[in-house]
Amino acid sequence: MAAGSTYTPIATTTLGSAQADITFSSITGSYTDLIIVANIIRTSGSDLEFQLNGNTGSNYSTTFLFGDGSTAQSINTTNAAAGNAGYSASTNPMTMIMQLQNYSNATTFKTILVRNSPAANAVSALVNLYRSTSAITSIKFYPTAGNLNTGSTFTLYGIAAA
Amino acid sequence: LLNIIAGTLSSPVVIVPSSYESIATVTVGSGGSSSIDFTSIPATYTHLQIRLLARTTHPSGTDGDYLDMQFNSDTGANYATHQISANGSSASAAAFTSQTSMYPSRVGSTGLAANIFGCIIIDILDYSSTTKYKTVRQLGGYDANGSGLLRFASCLWTNTNAVTSINLQAGSGTGLEQYSTFALYGIKGV
Repeated sequence: MAAGSTYTPIATTTLGSAQADITFSSITGSYTDLIIVANIIRTSGSDLEFQLNGNTGSNYSTTFLFGDGSTAQSINTTNAAAGNAGYSASTNPMTMIMQLQNYSNATTFKTILVRNSPAANAVSALVNLYRSTSAITSIKFYPTAGNLNTGSTFTLYGIAAA
Repeated sequence: LLNIIAGTLSSPVVIVPSSYESIATVTVGSGGSSSIDFTSIPATYTHLQIRLLARTTHPSGTDGDYLDMQFNSDTGANYATHQISANGSSASAAAFTSQTSMYPSRVGSTGLAANIFGCIIIDILDYSSTTKYKTVRQLGGYDANGSGLLRFASCLWTNTNAVTSINLQAGSGTGLEQYSTFALYGIKGV
């Protein structure tokens, strides 16, 4: 039964200057799920992409749900070199919450859910597949154009199941 | 968000209320399982959250399989679900009323390539109230590198009883594959 309190902050990064990417590395396998909560400012409108375990192969795919105030639409990507955590055409702050469930299991491919709110122009949700059975030990985020700007915050949490 | 974070990279200040607790976890073993149950759920929390990774044994089709969810072993037509879904080419909405179960998102199934599971996060708000019908929200889906489904759903159980048990099973009526995991958490209020 109950294993006690969980939902533990593991690491937080607040950018003091613009940079191309941020990485959470050396993630332990001591949790069941990971959650990343980010408030992101970019220097230009772009996709926010992520790579796991430094893997740059064509092992990622994504299904998108996207609404811009007038239409709801869906697209997908296949055999991509990165997962997608959302798009915004604006440089206004964008919130992103990513869920990596059973990230340390060595049996299944990894399915990653994302909620993304570029509130200035859209709202979106995404489900990503990373076709690897390896435990996730690092996560890198980067915009496809420009940089992550000063003031962006990324916090990594761990949840441990009973 | 349950935690309050303030600080900078150089001097983080982290306050972590003891408000999110693991209650129970079910992992499907070899041979699979027809369904999973959380029973004797205590009323000591304000909200519940289920975090699941699942794949059913539905053998055909390339669009995964949906899950059925029931509370307190109620098999009557006392459930409704409204959903918005995305399949990679279009977005759509649907409603199901007077149903015998709720319909969280689709997950992976045997009809897809190996090792593809789906994830769902289910929030059951004010689950121990005895004066309100129970409302559930969920976000979930799967991607299979060329097909997939993402779904938001809100579900209703038209019953004022406190939720004390939860049943989840494959919508196809088949079963749940090995390595499927279902974790139940409790969230405290003040």
